[in-house]
Amino acid sequence: MKELMVRAIYCEMLGYEASFSYIHAIKLAQQGTALEKRVGYLAVSLFLNESHELLLLLVNTVLKDLQSTNLIEVCMALTVVSQMFPKDMIPAILPLVEEKLNHPKEIIRRKAVLALYKFYLIAPNQVQHIHNKFRKALCDKDPGVMTASLHIYLQMIQENPEGYKDLTTSFVTILKQVVGGKLPMDFNYHSVPAPWLQIQLLRILLFCSTIFLCRDVAALCIHCYCIQPLSSFPAILYESAKCIGNFVLSLKINLKYLGLKALTYVVQQHPKLALQHQMTIIECLDHPDLIIKRETLELLFRITNAQNVSVIVEKMLDPFLKIMLCCCIIYTLFIVLILFSYEEYTYAPDNEWFIETMSTVFSVGGDMMQPDIPNSFLKLLSEGFDSVEEDRKLRLFAVDSYVSLLQGEPGKLPQRFLQVISWVLGEYSYLREELEAATVLRLLAKLLDMKSTSSETKSWVLMAMTKLCEGGAGVSVTQEVCETYGSSLDTVLRQRAQELQHLSQDCELRARVLPRGAGLEPLEVDSSLSFLDGFVSEALAAGAAPYKAPHQRQEELAQAKALSLEPYGLSLPISMSSCSIADRQSPTLLSVSSGLSTTLKLDGVKRVWGREGYLSEREPVEESAHVEVPSPLQSPSQQGEADSSQSQTLTPIPTPQPEQEKQQLASSLFVGLGSQSSVCLMGKSESTTQRFRRKAKDLAVSSLEQTSQLSQGPAAANGICDVELTGSDMSETSPTLIRDNGVVAADPAPHEDPDKLKDLCLRTHLPAEFSGLCHSEITPLCTNQTLDFSACHLQKEDSLALVVFIYNSSDSDIQEILLELDSDELEVSCVCDSPVQEARSHSVAVCQYSLTVKRPSVHVEVVGTASYQFPAGTPHSAQFSYKLPLTSFIRPLTVSTEEYGAMWLDFSHDTKQKLTLISDGQEPLTDTLNVLKKKLQLHVVEIIGMEGIVACRLLRDQPCLMHCRLHAGTLSVWLRSPVPDLPDCLMYHCQRALQEH
Amino acid sequence: MQFMLLFSRQGKLRLQKWYVPLSDKERKKISRDLVQTILARKPKMCSFLEWRDLKIVYKRYASLYFCCAVEDQDNELITLEIIHRYVELLDKYFGSVCELDIIFNFEKAYFILDEFLLGGEAQETSKKNVLKAIEQADLLFNNYLNNSLFIGIAAKHFVKSSNGCSANFA
Repeated sequence: MKELMVRAIYCEMLGYEASFSYIHAIKLAQQGTALEKRVGYLAVSLFLNESHELLLLLVNTVLKDLQSTNLIEVCMALTVVSQMFPKDMIPAILPLVEEKLNHPKEIIRRKAVLALYKFYLIAPNQVQHIHNKFRKALCDKDPGVMTASLHIYLQMIQENPEGYKDLTTSFVTILKQVVGGKLPMDFNYHSVPAPWLQIQLLRILLFCSTIFLCRDVAALCIHCYCIQPLSSFPAILYESAKCIGNFVLSLKINLKYLGLKALTYVVQQHPKLALQHQMTIIECLDHPDLIIKRETLELLFRITNAQNVSVIVEKMLDPFLKIMLCCCIIYTLFIVLILFSYEEYTYAPDNEWFIETMSTVFSVGGDMMQPDIPNSFLKLLSEGFDSVEEDRKLRLFAVDSYVSLLQGEPGKLPQRFLQVISWVLGEYSYLREELEAATVLRLLAKLLDMKSTSSETKSWVLMAMTKLCEGGAGVSVTQEVCETYGSSLDTVLRQRAQELQHLSQDCELRARVLPRGAGLEPLEVDSSLSFLDGFVSEALAAGAAPYKAPHQRQEELAQAKALSLEPYGLSLPISMSSCSIADRQSPTLLSVSSGLSTTLKLDGVKRVWGREGYLSEREPVEESAHVEVPSPLQSPSQQGEADSSQSQTLTPIPTPQPEQEKQQLASSLFVGLGSQSSVCLMGKSESTTQRFRRKAKDLAVSSLEQTSQLSQGPAAANGICDVELTGSDMSETSPTLIRDNGVVAADPAPHEDPDKLKDLCLRTHLPAEFSGLCHSEITPLCTNQTLDFSACHLQKEDSLALVVFIYNSSDSDIQEILLELDSDELEVSCVCDSPVQEARSHSVAVCQYSLTVKRPSVHVEVVGTASYQFPAGTPHSAQFSYKLPLTSFIRPLTVSTEEYGAMWLDFSHDTKQKLTLISDGQEPLTDTLNVLKKKLQLHVVEIIGMEGIVACRLLRDQPCLMHCRLHAGTLSVWLRSPVPDLPDCLMYHCQRALQEH
Repeated sequence: MQFMLLFSRQGKLRLQKWYVPLSDKERKKISRDLVQTILARKPKMCSFLEWRDLKIVYKRYASLYFCCAVEDQDNELITLEIIHRYVELLDKYFGSVCELDIIFNFEKAYFILDEFLLGGEAQETSKKNVLKAIEQADLLFNNYLNNSLFIGIAAKHFVKSSNGCSANFA
């Protein structure tokens, strides 16, 4: 059996399917003797992955083996556990693994620590209670166990650097011992004591941002090439620069690579450091290895400034033409660089250069480019710069060069570039007077005829033609195009062709729809199409059938097939009460045809498509042509320093020709890297790293979100302090606003004492007028040696109060604590008499603020700074932030159905979504709405049959209306409000409330 | 570490270990891509690659390529040393290891790897300790063979002579 299993593994590795043997691998691990078990476990760990369903069958085996007295068996079980284990079965084996932390054998302890590390990675909240045991593992006498525990600490410190400050000294001590050779000899690796351990420790210390980082540690950093932690210590940087030089000059290719990388880090802070190595960098540019080349390009990018931009760009264009394979990243880099430099304007040598470079970029990079690059280019063109004349010249030149490109061989150009060309021609070709619109139209029509043109490009071209077909120019061409594409299968193309046809015939309409040069004014889009209301009511009066949403139509179609049991349902006037009985009919339809209700009628009707419905559609399309893509770069305020020291001119000594060329190149590349330019470079490096790291950051954010989701639920209360408060965390001291929300913070749970006690004691300091109001859990904000800041919020009838507690734990009084709160989304006003507070020793000072929403967002955050002074005189400051959900600002809005109907029409921002129903009761709609009412404090205006209307307001008078409709087991929700973003945010909270239920 | 691959100059996989859950299809795609990219690189080029959002660190030993994928923030040099330490371990265990050793005893190679790296992190960096753990497990295995297998003296002898591992594909 064992033999066969080994063969199966081999087959699988060679790429043949061996899934039939998976179950046998599990059986072998379960039933085999020690030897067979080993192979069985190996096969399982190679065959299956964490999410495989067969893995559940292994759980029992693992449990049995963990309890075995045979060391080897325990080892095997722990190995497979830390390799992969189904997440939901962790609680079953967790106590056993924990027990193994105290095992006399170090190999078992080590494996147990790593297994727990794995658990921490996949389910952090389940191992929270054993943090103390990790500390014990850190102090283990066996270095292997200690090393293993560092993995966990690295992870935890990354997430919460503040929480482990106290361990910094122990880490430094360990590091010193390791460097001092205190470890057993067999940890040495080529006479370096335990390099892996050292690196691990250095990475941890990087996150601790320790001040203990002493000189020898720094030397070690350089030695091991952890240059990152160093970049914050300028004094050490200069020393490290020397070492980096050695690396870059090194003949060994791997070291060279690292040297370049390190240099890239360092240069961000001190561009001058690159000067020493300029010749090496130039050599690296011509290196045969692409990876090296790429690193060099990145380095060059970092040192770009006003004087050397054109040389660098040229240099970059050149290799990058050759290395299409790995150019994606360089590409972005490079384009960003150009766009950036151009936005600076004074950077770019001239218009022609810019347009030509961009053309090269587009035609080479083509469709591999990210879509936002052409967009930002177009934005740049249309927004222009300070000088009108310059803008005109730039556009003119663009038109000229693109026309000549089209006259050449447009078939070779990539689609993206064609789109850009057609947009520019459509928008700006009028600038060139001698150029006839008909010529351009003919050129564009040629594009349409090409086989390789995609339909997306075609619609761009048609749009450009629409803009151009003025004054009867090229009528024949347009007519021909309209005929061809008017019957196209692609609906978008057909619509464009129709537009073209209508607008080319009707000059007046054209002038109104497409005013020349007005591309920049943001268009107001009325998504609710309310301007059509008049038209609709006219049509209705004339006897037209009301509009039905597609799903409604389908529903009716289905009904038509079924036998109708109410034969006269439609023709008789029906009262609303009968609607709910005849619930298979859509109440909207009924109400319209019977004319009984005025409120619901309008909402069903308003979205009618009239004969000219497409007109209203054009506006959004038009807008999409110049979507404003925010450029990822912030333009730094500094202009190029023309007078920067040109310290690196040619050396007077005569040099051989190629060498001289290189030096020339060097001097042009590194020009302007003098002292003054550092500021400007800093600004840029910041923005680029931002761009590079964005991906990583996104990942981090999403994983953070995951963890925060995991840590919510009942377990959330004890460990991680979860500042993000949901509506259900509100503690219930008064029944006025919220009736039955789960967690009652007032009950101190037996095991979570210290925080809770403090909470209770702070609670007594709540201002008297708030007693009786319900307040959220008191959350610690930040702590330093003397002052503890914590806060909670209270919901009042027409406002939200934020209360900040300042607890002075020192023995001396602190006067003049200045507390400043600020927020992007909120308006914060202080309720106290003065913003200056005083905290007596061992007592609490309280500040009160009232909050209103400026701009809705799903979660809003208040950022605060407290500055205070000790009696001795040293000023201190502390920063904190407090996050709260939008739901705390939502209050019920009591309106009648009629008022609701009137308001509904006035609001222009809306959003629609399908939500899940709560379907445990008899009446799912009522149940669901009740849940929403409870959790979000909405006001249910009326429930009619399968539809319900709900209203609420955001403090203070910003209403939001909600219309719900039961459809095919889901709840179609339609939210409307005069406030932008509010419907979206509220929808998010509704969704969440229903999910949590 | 995300995964480790061993492959020959001909592009044949010799050993693969994945520390992240991936479907079979993705694994195959990734290994095919990487093997092609790495084999195309010349011996004088550096050992590091940036591939998707990962860093690939590889090293060639005779006819065998060792290739590791690590996250962006990991140190390349130390990963290179991990590869080297693994080769040292193999070398010590098999006694001047060659590609054939790994082909015929690849489960052994896996066992050693499991003792050295666990769940994608270095578990034990001391060479002595790793080998001790492997030897203990092998000892158990030999005892078991001696006690319970009486199929024939020849078979036993064969097993013993090949250091406790039968040659599967001999």
